[in-house]
Amino acid sequence: MNSLRRSLFLFFFCASGFCWAQLQVAGPLQAGSVATLQAPGSGSTTLYLFGPGGASKRPVQRGAIALSADELKTAGRYTAILDGSSTSFFVHAAKLEAISFIARPSRVPATASGAVLGSAFLFDRFQNLVLTPAPVSFRLAVEGTPGEERSVSAKDGVAWVQLNSGRRSGPAQFIAGSGEVRVRRIVQQVAADPCSLRMSARRAPDGNILVETTPIQDCSGNAVPDGTIVTFASVDAAGRSTVDARIKRGFARAELPASHSATLSVAAGVVLGNEIHWGGGQ
Amino acid sequence: MNKVLPVLLILLAAALVAAATLHSSSLASVTTPEGAVLALLNHVKTRDAEGAYRYVAKASNTAPEDFARDVSGQEGNLRTYSALQHFDTKVLRQDDQQASIRATLEWASAVGAVYDSRDLKVVREDNTWKVVWPVQPPAKVPPQVIPVNYLRWDIVTRGDNDDWGAQNVDAPRVRIISMNPVEKDGNFILLGEIENEDTVPGFVSVAATLIGKDGQIMAQEESFDKISHVLLPKEISPFRIDFPNVRREHIQSVHMQPNAMLVPASADPVIGVMHQALQKDARGHSVLTGELVNQSGQTVNIPHVLATFYDNAGKVIWVSDGYGDQALAPQTPVAFSLGVRDDLAPQIHSYRVTVNQYSRDRVQ
Repeated sequence: MNSLRRSLFLFFFCASGFCWAQLQVAGPLQAGSVATLQAPGSGSTTLYLFGPGGASKRPVQRGAIALSADELKTAGRYTAILDGSSTSFFVHAAKLEAISFIARPSRVPATASGAVLGSAFLFDRFQNLVLTPAPVSFRLAVEGTPGEERSVSAKDGVAWVQLNSGRRSGPAQFIAGSGEVRVRRIVQQVAADPCSLRMSARRAPDGNILVETTPIQDCSGNAVPDGTIVTFASVDAAGRSTVDARIKRGFARAELPASHSATLSVAAGVVLGNEIHWGGGQ
Repeated sequence: MNKVLPVLLILLAAALVAAATLHSSSLASVTTPEGAVLALLNHVKTRDAEGAYRYVAKASNTAPEDFARDVSGQEGNLRTYSALQHFDTKVLRQDDQQASIRATLEWASAVGAVYDSRDLKVVREDNTWKVVWPVQPPAKVPPQVIPVNYLRWDIVTRGDNDDWGAQNVDAPRVRIISMNPVEKDGNFILLGEIENEDTVPGFVSVAATLIGKDGQIMAQEESFDKISHVLLPKEISPFRIDFPNVRREHIQSVHMQPNAMLVPASADPVIGVMHQALQKDARGHSVLTGELVNQSGQTVNIPHVLATFYDNAGKVIWVSDGYGDQALAPQTPVAFSLGVRDDLAPQIHSYRVTVNQYSRDRVQ
């Protein structure tokens, strides 16, 4: 406990500039590299080393004191204290070795402006943020399409980009890269709202009305995904009949009750399709 | 004195037993048409279908097992999870040979009270009164193969050991497309519609927080069962959130919170709602009637009907719901009836009916 108190006292005392600075570390230093602390004089003493990753205390011989790679693996400001003398030095992040890439959203409608957001965080092999500016390229494309590409310079270890989604639906590869490091995410580009929803009607063998849409696509020609709800409605003298059909293999179909004269309509979400007057006034 | 008290207690117990016996025998009395109905319903109340059947007229042409299915439920329908809680009877017409009696039934069920009203014909048969209780025989679905190859969505989410920046699948994108606050009988009610705008199914709910004039939270509620919780892509559900005993003039603002979760789901079954019509029932009240048709191959045990009513400006003016007490057999129409507020009926310009379903054996 006393030792900890002494260490803290020395740290704050020396950090305040009261220590006589005669220690030296040759720089610039990189995280994970070895360094030498030059301490004039001879004989054994105790070295206190404070850094962003922790603090250590060990007996050393004055002269050239080796600081191990393990002691300096966290980037940031370090303070070394030796017999009331201290020095501060900065350890920079090592070479870029990893990118943490956040891509949002995981699904996006086709041709949506500025809808895809990618943020790349650059790290060295010790998980230190690489603060030196580095070019980061972003590419978003569905296979077989040119896609969209942009290069951004990372600032304070972070590079981000906002891209438009492409015209074609499918799994888009969203790649962030800098130097040799590449990280890939998948952004599912999905069809947007149906465009020009159209249906036709015919009489079923049992007399009911069989309604069926043409292939349902968005305005870019992408097939609206199977399972999407399409509501068919028939209004006649007996009342209103509705069926919430699901798109299956690109089409939606349903059977509405037989009627001599009915108005048939179709809708998907808030998108309305055509209307058919069935029977007498067809 | 020590012996008087036990003797008094025994006498009191005997008197109570006698009173109870007399009471039940008066209910069981079939000297009047109303007595026959009361006796039948009392047996139904005690889940004694066999005893109740003794009061069913031969003219009903109802087999005992059909009667038992009608009053006790079948195929896991809502009646299976219900018990007759309370009933009232009213004689509409009566002569020496037959009578017409209106029975209003309240069933306690897993989803709350379910009300039913029947106009029963009572006839004199073998010098006693019996109730005509016709039962629709269970629909026979012809043997057939109904191809069902609708979609199913499964989800693979991010693993525990993945990097913090690793991608996950987003919750579905949902949007409240309309909202209308109304006040009714001293209650504040929020009505509206929510759409799943995404291409994947979602489990949705809508919560609302009322902020009072002092800026403090007055109340928080959720849509509970006045909503279709599982919404397929582009599906729209109405919602209704009731705040009992809250006056509109005390509210400064309302904070709506739509919530959505990605859930595994199936696009099956499809339930058609046929021949919907707004009309008056026998008592002159407005009702929305129609037929539900299960277009898939598996029985739907409990259908839940949700109706959204719009005025001529397309604004949602009411949302009502009701649980069907009959299971939906494949391809078989089942009638439904939903109560509509009589004061709103003249304002209703259009309506939309959707159906939730609860199926015992269905794998989501």
